[in-house]
Amino acid sequence: MTDATNQTQTQTQDAQMGDYFALMKPRVMQLVVFTAFVGLVVAPVGINPFIGFVAILCIAVGAGASASLNMWWDADIDAIMKRTVKRPIPSGTVSEGEALGIGLALSGFSIVLLFLATNALAAGLLAFTIFFYAVIYSMWLKRSTPQNIVIGGAAGAFPPMIGWAVATGSVSIESVLMFALIFMWTPPHFWALALFVKSDYGDAGVPMLTETHGRTVTRKHIIAYCAPLVVVALWLGFTSIGGPFYLVVAVALNIWFLKGCYAIWRRTDADSDADNHAVEKHTFKVSLYYLFGHFGALMIEALLRNYGLTSWAGW
Amino acid sequence: MAMKVEHEIHSRRKGRNMGVGLLLLGLIGIVFGLTVVKVLGLTDIRQLEKFDHVARPQLEPGALEAAERRAADVAAERAAAATATQEGATE
Repeated sequence: MTDATNQTQTQTQDAQMGDYFALMKPRVMQLVVFTAFVGLVVAPVGINPFIGFVAILCIAVGAGASASLNMWWDADIDAIMKRTVKRPIPSGTVSEGEALGIGLALSGFSIVLLFLATNALAAGLLAFTIFFYAVIYSMWLKRSTPQNIVIGGAAGAFPPMIGWAVATGSVSIESVLMFALIFMWTPPHFWALALFVKSDYGDAGVPMLTETHGRTVTRKHIIAYCAPLVVVALWLGFTSIGGPFYLVVAVALNIWFLKGCYAIWRRTDADSDADNHAVEKHTFKVSLYYLFGHFGALMIEALLRNYGLTSWAGW
Repeated sequence: MAMKVEHEIHSRRKGRNMGVGLLLLGLIGIVFGLTVVKVLGLTDIRQLEKFDHVARPQLEPGALEAAERRAADVAAERAAAATATQEGATE
């Protein structure tokens, strides 16, 4: 094989913008953007819309940067798992070095710009979030403990807190509870997923709870994490950003999600295999509605409050 | 043989280069927009001078008040001196 042939083969695998964008896990970014936006909107302090836009952009880019660093670090296991084998690095479109470079560059860019546009607390929280996801979760916890997604879930929980800090320049009970809502939601959400993609994590040597402690224990953990989750979700309704509309939505969503988690807990693996994990898949889907529903309700509650429409309930 | 001005790599990387170009334009827009918003948000025009990377002691807190006090002292001294001169001339 000549050098020319080699060159041609490399050239045909040139990455396009879409491949670099895929490095940033755009689907996860949607959740980050949405929750950060809600954190910003429900805050009691107004902010210039352009600064708000730049702040959300920085948070999204920061999330993308940490995702890129995660893909760089996890390239070896991504190539093993069915769910991740088509990602840019295992598929050969983007090199590991490029992913590392993009991750580091975008991290610096997003943190500095957020600091210049808003305040040091927001920028500091974003920096810590990127560090937490790339180093604490990806490099340390993910391959060493079955509690990986419990603690690592904090990285995904910071965006609304950053959004709140952008507007207020502080941390308060409301932003801590928004953080706690995502933090407590992450384990049942991911374990429901792990119950129906069981073989993938095991093959890659990632110690998911399903692999280390078995599926029955995982089912118990899912229902156990629902208890504090419900407390946090309803507690938010009694803070300054909650209200009657949020509470009604929260109660309905919690009953729906609890029902699914209870069904998962009561099932055996034989039941699950028999219907191709229908309940687990359904509950996983409900968990997505659950989180978007809560944050959507918080946003609507803020709009109602701004237009003075919550006073009818004596709130 | 016709000269081929555009190398194959240009067409192959066109999408990528366009993307980078658009990102850079977006960055310019963001920096410009932030500058406009921040400048319009200033309550005291003197704050604008704080960003020119040159030390300006007169912009430090209390500098204006201190300058006004000094000017008042100088005016009082001059008035006193003028009064004294006038009294001396009268005598």
